[in-house]
Amino acid sequence: MSIKKTLFGPMFDNNPIALQILGICSALAVTTKMESVMVMALAVTVVCAVSGLCVSIIRNHVPSSIRIIVMMTIIASLVIVTDQLLKAFVYDIAKSMSVYIGLIITNCIVMGRAEAYAMKNGPIMSFLDGIGNGLGYSIVLIFVGLFRELFGSGKLFGISILPLTNEGGWYQGNGMMLLSPSAFFLIGFFIWGLRTWKKDQVEQSN
Amino acid sequence: MFEHHLSILTKAVFIENMALSFFLGMCTFIAVSKKVKTAIGLGIAVIVVQTITVPANNLIYNNLLKGGALSWAGLPQTDLTFLGLISYIGVIAAIVQILEMTLDKYVPTLYAALGIFLPLITVNCAILGGSLFMVERDYTFAESVTYGFGSGLGWAIAIVALAGIREKMKYSDVPEGLRGLGITFITVGLMALGFLSFSGIQL
Repeated sequence: MSIKKTLFGPMFDNNPIALQILGICSALAVTTKMESVMVMALAVTVVCAVSGLCVSIIRNHVPSSIRIIVMMTIIASLVIVTDQLLKAFVYDIAKSMSVYIGLIITNCIVMGRAEAYAMKNGPIMSFLDGIGNGLGYSIVLIFVGLFRELFGSGKLFGISILPLTNEGGWYQGNGMMLLSPSAFFLIGFFIWGLRTWKKDQVEQSN
Repeated sequence: MFEHHLSILTKAVFIENMALSFFLGMCTFIAVSKKVKTAIGLGIAVIVVQTITVPANNLIYNNLLKGGALSWAGLPQTDLTFLGLISYIGVIAAIVQILEMTLDKYVPTLYAALGIFLPLITVNCAILGGSLFMVERDYTFAESVTYGFGSGLGWAIAIVALAGIREKMKYSDVPEGLRGLGITFITVGLMALGFLSFSGIQL
């Protein structure tokens, strides 16, 4: 597989969220603000890439019966480092994301790619695959976050774009965008759009 | 005392439903909700594992990791909270493994019914999320038992309900691009909207 395909394939052709059903939990939970979206996207991409690299390096030395626990240990250690770094440098954002940074451990994208790709391929390709899947994840997150923050609170990255009525502006904020169900609808529509564009992803009706 | 626990339980089941208001365990929630029967199996497995792991992690957190918790060993200044994540996931993986072996030996019918779902639970974020919320909210041991059971039950109810809806959906004419995953997301969104109505309840 070519480098380009490994890196950019997961963005639209094989998107982890829209097609592989991986890593949905955090995609929904942290998307009310663009700031936390960016932090989350970056954290997942880094953890995914580095864990792919580590797992791939040791893949020939680990017996397959204990591979899950070995992967878990690698991923958990990386997430601890990420968590501590975020707490040190962007404490407020890290605090507002509460448990979801810790939950990168069980984010199925990281585990799924380690199991499905890094166990079978070389370190560099696995690293790129991790970045690619991180990017695919980020795209969905940014799409959802953009809509939720813009229409929910009229802001982007905390800067007012559509001035709210209760702050003297003209835009009546859509409160539902800030609640959980809107994230589901937005991802549903994202998948709809993607599948109308790329027909081969449509599921056969049963 | 009883009322306090009842309040934690209702809160965990309805108001702060793991799946529908915290989006935890979504991957399995979406992937394994095609049939009511399998959904019930997975739901029971989650309840059992959650009821055991949350209190177990509570003991570990309070007796080993929390700042000053190691004073019985002569180390009053040690704060091992940063080791939290790796310990919780280790405990969860170990308990799921033990549960799997115990069930295989003593209750083979249940073991066969749960099948692949049991090992999958290790990577279900609802389980780890339960432990992390327990730490964040500083529950005592007794509270953590109630909370573990309640959050598991809430998750189970949600997945069984979704599976019921999806079984009926076979008969409806869904637009091509929305079929499967897309419409499932929108259904879950509507369910979450329904569960929001619980959020006004004060106990």
